Amino acid sequence: MKRNRLGPWLIMLAGALYFFVPLLGTFEFSLRYLRGVYSFEAYRIVLADPRFGATLTYSTVLAVATIIGGVVLVVPTAYWIQLRTPKLRPLVEFITLLPLVIPAIVLVFGYLRIYNSASVLPLTGSERTTDLLLMFSYMTLALPYMYRAVDTGLRAIDVRTLTEAAHSLGAGWPTILFRVILPNVRVAVLSGAFLTFAIVIGEFTMASLLDRPAFGPYLQLMGANRAYEPSALAVISFAITWACMGLLQVFAGRTPGQLPAAH
Amino acid sequence: MAQVVGPALGPSLTAPSSIGRVSWAWVGVVPFFVFAIMFLIVPTGFLAVGGFRDSQGHFTLRNLVDLFEPTILSSYLISVKISAASAIGGAVVGFALAYAAVAGGLPAWVRPTLMTFSGVASNFAGVPLAFAFLATLGRTGLVTALLSQIFGFDLYSTGFNLLSFAGLALTYMYFQIPLMVLIIAPAIDGLKREWREASANLGASAWQYWRYIALPVLWPPLLGATLLLFANAFGAVATAYALTGSSLNIVTLVLYAQIRGDVLHNQNLGYALALGMIFMTGMSNAVYIWLRGRSERWLR
Amino acid sequence: MPDDAGGRQPAEIGGAEPGTPFLEIDNLQKKFAQTTAVEHVQLKVTRGEFVSLLGPSGCGKTTTLRMIAGFEAPSSGAIRVDGVDITHRPPHQRHVGMVFQSYALFPNMTVGENIGFGLRVAKKPVADIKRRVDEMLDLIKLPALKGRYPYQLSGGQQQRVALARALAIQPQLLLLDEPLSALDAKIRVVLRNEIRSIQRTLGITTIYVTHDQEEALSLSDRIVVMNNGRVEQVGTPFEIYNFPRTSFVASFVGTLNVLRGQVADPAGGKIVVDGQEVIAARGLERTHAGDACSVALRPEVVSFGEAASDGNRMHGTVEEVNFLGSVVRIRVRFKDNAISLDTFNNPRLALPQRGQTLTVSFPREAVLALEAPSST
Repeated sequence: MKRNRLGPWLIMLAGALYFFVPLLGTFEFSLRYLRGVYSFEAYRIVLADPRFGATLTYSTVLAVATIIGGVVLVVPTAYWIQLRTPKLRPLVEFITLLPLVIPAIVLVFGYLRIYNSASVLPLTGSERTTDLLLMFSYMTLALPYMYRAVDTGLRAIDVRTLTEAAHSLGAGWPTILFRVILPNVRVAVLSGAFLTFAIVIGEFTMASLLDRPAFGPYLQLMGANRAYEPSALAVISFAITWACMGLLQVFAGRTPGQLPAAH
Repeated sequence: MAQVVGPALGPSLTAPSSIGRVSWAWVGVVPFFVFAIMFLIVPTGFLAVGGFRDSQGHFTLRNLVDLFEPTILSSYLISVKISAASAIGGAVVGFALAYAAVAGGLPAWVRPTLMTFSGVASNFAGVPLAFAFLATLGRTGLVTALLSQIFGFDLYSTGFNLLSFAGLALTYMYFQIPLMVLIIAPAIDGLKREWREASANLGASAWQYWRYIALPVLWPPLLGATLLLFANAFGAVATAYALTGSSLNIVTLVLYAQIRGDVLHNQNLGYALALGMIFMTGMSNAVYIWLRGRSERWLR
Repeated sequence: MPDDAGGRQPAEIGGAEPGTPFLEIDNLQKKFAQTTAVEHVQLKVTRGEFVSLLGPSGCGKTTTLRMIAGFEAPSSGAIRVDGVDITHRPPHQRHVGMVFQSYALFPNMTVGENIGFGLRVAKKPVADIKRRVDEMLDLIKLPALKGRYPYQLSGGQQQRVALARALAIQPQLLLLDEPLSALDAKIRVVLRNEIRSIQRTLGITTIYVTHDQEEALSLSDRIVVMNNGRVEQVGTPFEIYNFPRTSFVASFVGTLNVLRGQVADPAGGKIVVDGQEVIAARGLERTHAGDACSVALRPEVVSFGEAASDGNRMHGTVEEVNFLGSVVRIRVRFKDNAISLDTFNNPRLALPQRGQTLTVSFPREAVLALEAPSST
């Protein structure tokens, strides 16, 4: 059937404009620090600000911790569900979708009330424990994505058959987990990891209410007080997110089973 | 077949379950459930229960009634309006984009590119997004300046203000549209090309195809996705905070202020506020799931 | 049968003058970016005829069908139906009925609504639509399914509904694109006979695309064998099977024994295979002595035991005996060549054993000379 392609192209063009113009605008704005001339002055100021480095480092460390925590929590769970207790799957899947339903602000509200200094588990009692609480909060936020990535990855490799085959060939559990399952799930874990990283770096609500020196609250503070630096920060922030998502796409494209001619 | 017994975790998979083994099967998921209880169930439950209590700890419906008090009610209404506006706007544009890429007969590279950018853009929420729109459509923003320089059109004289309802909705659409694209693309895939051909073969025009086949098949996923977008916008905090400060009285910002400093002077009212939020997002998701179940039945 | 507002009646077989083509495909060609999918397709179909397009995947048969339906535009050539050139008409104006391989039933409509869709779109009165839908349901013998949805039907039922839907609008042509390939073998046989009997009852001109040669052979008035976008041969099933014109047709339709040898005497049709002489009644006239050549034999023309005196005889060893139920397939090896012969199962006759020497014979007319090296 002959099709008129003009309409779809126009729509794509409009979409592309809507997507790119704000990015362009941000970049252009960030170059305006010095009156009358374009320069990277705003970037220089931002990068020289000690708080920039400090908060970015803090958030990065927290992101890595969240990823590790997420992997430790999710991978064995997903494996166990597939192998031993498939009946629990609907329940577990429902739980992993809860963070998408319950807004983050509600969750952190709950944490503050339950885990404050007066409670059984005073996680907000000290800075380090609050950091721990923030990490758990981020694990909760990332849970849906991490679980889905790992679950999909496990399903693609037919865990049950692999495990039974390994068993019948004489392998014990540690061997199976580390030599058979983990390598095949590595790609899925990585894609979940990049998404988690992007989420944590940009997160504001939880970090701000738990009063931690993360990158998100720093961004907001700059925005309230400065004119041009926020745009530079936005550009930097976008670049980081892009890098994460780009890497995610690279890894998501390589599903297990498509590993290059492995030996 | 040889049964191999692993070191610490008991008999192999192929052994039949027995009473003594049930406890083993649960061991593996205990950490997950502990985590879920500690960081999902209990906090939410605590707030929900707290909404039904007064300051002495007795059961009361007073807090729920207080939610209908003018300032709070108006904040819910504004939240609903912004969420609805950005959801519907995002749904319409997102659907158009997704349809153009999936079924529009465009070159093969268009769809994966759109999906990738949508994946990236749907995460562009929060503070950086607010900055981006300020830099673009703020009073000294790029587009504002271009419009006045090139077209002689003063955007702000029309009463438009980025720091307003319309501005926030527009900003929200930046991540709503990609989210819609991601959610609805699989549903459009489900619209088989043969149906289009069969309907043409039987004499139907394009409009008749849409009216009798495509829209009836698509409206559950469309509505469901719109609801997801609604819930997504309803719970958003950072973008609004960074863009409008506290000038727009949306529920999430009221809650934020309440958590920071008990502006409502009533702890339990704060809990009720949170409860109301959970109700809104929970209902949206529930209806989404119901709609999805309905359409899946047809499309087997 | 009621006629539609256009005044066209479904034709009876042979009602029009014989020889007047109802459907004419004139030098049709379709090129995609790098490949030519269809080339030089020429076909004349008379009214009421059942023609199959037969060939392997990628041979261009589906593309040809889709061009008739209007879903692909030909790069060159013309398509005429009842004298009218429809080559550039959009599909919804061609008034042809198509049955898709995947049935393509509209999932949001009941069986009754699916069948009536074409009429509803043409804004027929509700009573007429209802009457026609009931007629169609009777035709496919599924009146009880009127209120069901496609997902509640089996594959075979869906296919019949798809057929009814295509026929409901009283199209001038019926096009079927491998309609049975997604079904079980047993249902396929039942359904294909039903399709044929419905087609005969209505007398509708039909083009049937398939890769299953048994289907094509059993259903068609004529078969068009296609390969690599070109037509290899057009003929009745009898002609195609017994007198294949190219080696592709010979090997694609039915099973085939191929013997490779050398020409000894072109005029006398003698060739030498594995040191034994074979005489072909025809086909070797244009060869030269010493040429390598291939000849083909259908398994059913080969017999063992004593044979007619002027037939061919070859001596070999039994390599394999396959008991297939009503037929027993015996594989006999010479040196480099081997042939399979089919014989009916007869409990009273002893079967040859593996390793036994055996004399096989076949008539001279049954030896089909094939062209020089085929592409397979």
